[in-house]
Amino acid sequence: MDWLNALIQGILLGGIYALFAIGLSMSFGIMRLVNIAHGDLIVLAAYVALVVSQGTGLDPISSLVVVVPVMFALGYAVQRGLLNLTLSGGLLPPLLVTFGISIIIQNGLQEVFGAYTHRLQEGAIETASLRLPGGISIGVYPLLVFGVAVAAIASLQVLFYRTRLGRAFRAASDDADTAELMGIDNRNLYALALGIAMIFTAIAGVLFAIRTNFDPSAGPIRLILAFEAVIIGGLGSMWGTLIGGMVLGIAQALGSALNPNWQILAGHLAFLVILIVRPSGLFPRTKD
Amino acid sequence: MTLLQTHNLAAFYGDFQALFDINVEVAEGETVAIIGANGAGKTTFLRAVAGALATAPETVIFDGEPIGHKAAHEIVRLGIAMVPEGRRLFPSLSVEENLLLGTHSERSGPWTLKRVYELFPRLQELRHLPAPALSGGQQQMTAVGRALMSNPRLLLCDELSLGLAPVVIRDIYRCLTAIAADGTTVVLVEQDINRALDASAHFYCFQEGRLALSAPTKNFDRAAITAAYFGL
Amino acid sequence: MNSDRVERATKASRAFAFVALPILAALVALPWWGEPGEMRLVGEMAYYVALAQLWNLLAGYAGLVSVGQQAYVGLGGYALFYLTGPLNMNVYLALLLAGPFAGLVSIPVAFAVFRLRGAYFAIGTWVVSEVFALSASLIVVLGAGSGLSLTPAIFRQISPDRDSRDALLYLMTLAASLLVCAVVYLLLRSRHGLALTAIRDSEPASASLGVNTFRTKFIIYIATAACTGLVGGLIFLQKLRISPDAGFSVNDWTVVVIFMVVIGGIGTIEGPFIGMLVYITLREVLADYGTIYLILMGIIAIIAMLKAPMGIWGWVLQRYDLQLFPVGRRLALAPSEKPPEP
Repeated sequence: MDWLNALIQGILLGGIYALFAIGLSMSFGIMRLVNIAHGDLIVLAAYVALVVSQGTGLDPISSLVVVVPVMFALGYAVQRGLLNLTLSGGLLPPLLVTFGISIIIQNGLQEVFGAYTHRLQEGAIETASLRLPGGISIGVYPLLVFGVAVAAIASLQVLFYRTRLGRAFRAASDDADTAELMGIDNRNLYALALGIAMIFTAIAGVLFAIRTNFDPSAGPIRLILAFEAVIIGGLGSMWGTLIGGMVLGIAQALGSALNPNWQILAGHLAFLVILIVRPSGLFPRTKD
Repeated sequence: MTLLQTHNLAAFYGDFQALFDINVEVAEGETVAIIGANGAGKTTFLRAVAGALATAPETVIFDGEPIGHKAAHEIVRLGIAMVPEGRRLFPSLSVEENLLLGTHSERSGPWTLKRVYELFPRLQELRHLPAPALSGGQQQMTAVGRALMSNPRLLLCDELSLGLAPVVIRDIYRCLTAIAADGTTVVLVEQDINRALDASAHFYCFQEGRLALSAPTKNFDRAAITAAYFGL
Repeated sequence: MNSDRVERATKASRAFAFVALPILAALVALPWWGEPGEMRLVGEMAYYVALAQLWNLLAGYAGLVSVGQQAYVGLGGYALFYLTGPLNMNVYLALLLAGPFAGLVSIPVAFAVFRLRGAYFAIGTWVVSEVFALSASLIVVLGAGSGLSLTPAIFRQISPDRDSRDALLYLMTLAASLLVCAVVYLLLRSRHGLALTAIRDSEPASASLGVNTFRTKFIIYIATAACTGLVGGLIFLQKLRISPDAGFSVNDWTVVVIFMVVIGGIGTIEGPFIGMLVYITLREVLADYGTIYLILMGIIAIIAMLKAPMGIWGWVLQRYDLQLFPVGRRLALAPSEKPPEP
């Protein structure tokens, strides 16, 4: 039964990893930009929630009413004011600029909050669990997070395939020059894309910080987890990313069942194996 | 009334100069053809007018306003639409979604999805298919329809006949004549000289980035055109 | 037969050699006229220049932007500590093996990460480094989470007394750094260097001309890993302790190195020297203000990428066409032959 529990835990872990990955996926899919600061933005959202919670007494999930608009505005501003300027220079400028942003966020957070670890407190729901027949128990919170991930991806599918804005995103992703010739202002479009990506980054940041301790240097590992989910699932498919996250989660849970210290390493190794054996991922859709 | 005018238009790709001193005038409602060999600068000219290539403000005047410095997405909103060379449909989008892309310029006018389907009935049957699934001719019709959906005053057509069978080309030019008859101003770039001259009232011949010849098409001496085309 | 020649040296490089040699001599003589603290600082500057030249070779020339070179620093360090500790090997021999060990490990790594391109390649190399760091923290014989220390017995193998030990360590670091710079310089001057520049400018074009792009990039990756491993061994030999966090630290061995190369001038040999001087100056001047200097570093890197992506030396190159380490080739036409008028 331990193994079954581990499997279920792993599947549900896929939820948070998919949420981590959404922002990264959107940036790459629409702007061809890999945001090295992505993990640090997740952690930044957690700190914003911490400040809002402590300041207003709101619980972390309710604090999202402030965190989400703040992160949206930040994403719009950063893309419009900074990242848009790097798009025509080839591979290095976006990489190094987002790297610079990553360093600034990490060290800035450290200056303001110190190197201490924090955790957001949501209350009883953190430890509640459902008892199922066969001696299996599922945590309510991981189930909730998984549900949020599914809802997030479903809402993005609606955005991309049933709205005017989504159509513009897909067109610009296909052919940015011709999209401009059709009247689409790419500068504004890309900024909106990062802004929307940051909505999901904010949600991911708050949800993960309720379950996991975080400190200013917690960003890079989140970036790596998001990246692994995207690559395992295959570029260009959001549902693929969810499955990629689940595969990653299962690998980690199985590793953890053997020895708790092996959790993250097991995930990395699974990622490398899939990379060698099936480099385009499980459900690839985009061509670079 | 002159709708489009270029004054000593020059265009560069980095250090390379592709256009020298181009002076073109297009009256409203007129169809003008631009002919010339490969590399003569015809597509560069259209891209400069459409705003995909930056030029000095006063070198391109549209409806009395300098637009040379404006970005492509602003120029579409002013009423210039392009049917790009090679169609350039969006492969991830269906036929209908490609057509709807034309409405992102937010201009009002007679062209709607319904009217485009009336002009190109075959597209209505195919409208939910992904764009790459269509034949060359159908893709060309979609590209034209997409441009029409922005209700342009000026339509720029780059090499409509490229890679298409003669029967298909004939159909497309028939539609183009109908569009022009409606009052839309058209500038068309063509390698097929006869097709271009038959469809237009005035023509310009480019040669290595310069204007070699410009005249009304009616009764013009074809031999002189050939000479200008090849720079003889 | 015409007497057109292909020239390598430039006027500036000849002048530079005149200036550089005395400076070099002074640095070599440092143990005799300097303090131990100064030797440590110059040694640090030397190994940072070596790491920067290597990263520049990989990213600026071969186009392989790796954010995982810290893996080989750590591997070199751990190899040294494991060989001299549990395996009881002589410290000099262990040092010589640290580089080749890192190079060997990089072979399977290359097969994995070369499946990725661009920024995804970068993150992939980072993942690999994390795998090594995590593995080291789990292996008991490597000290697990707390790492390993160099015993005084091992340390004394370098030399029994303290002064000559400091001098030897410093000179070895300086020598290794000069060796790395020389290897990078000669490589870029050679036919392989020309191939690299071609690959950097256009991979499809150079492939169509018969340049074996995969093999060239593969060899560069392995060679860089081996040299980085050697430098890593030297670094941790002097630190006396290694732990997974320190050995595989992305901040210490990659962030700082990338900053140096980008600010100094990516794709130039002069760049890493300049970038290292900028970084060390920033760090020493702002030493009392905590991590502010890192934030400042990040801001400078962003501004540099937007306004001066070719770095300080790149800007100099563009303005003055100055090459102190000439790697290009120029055709000097024989005076009697002028090309015909068009």
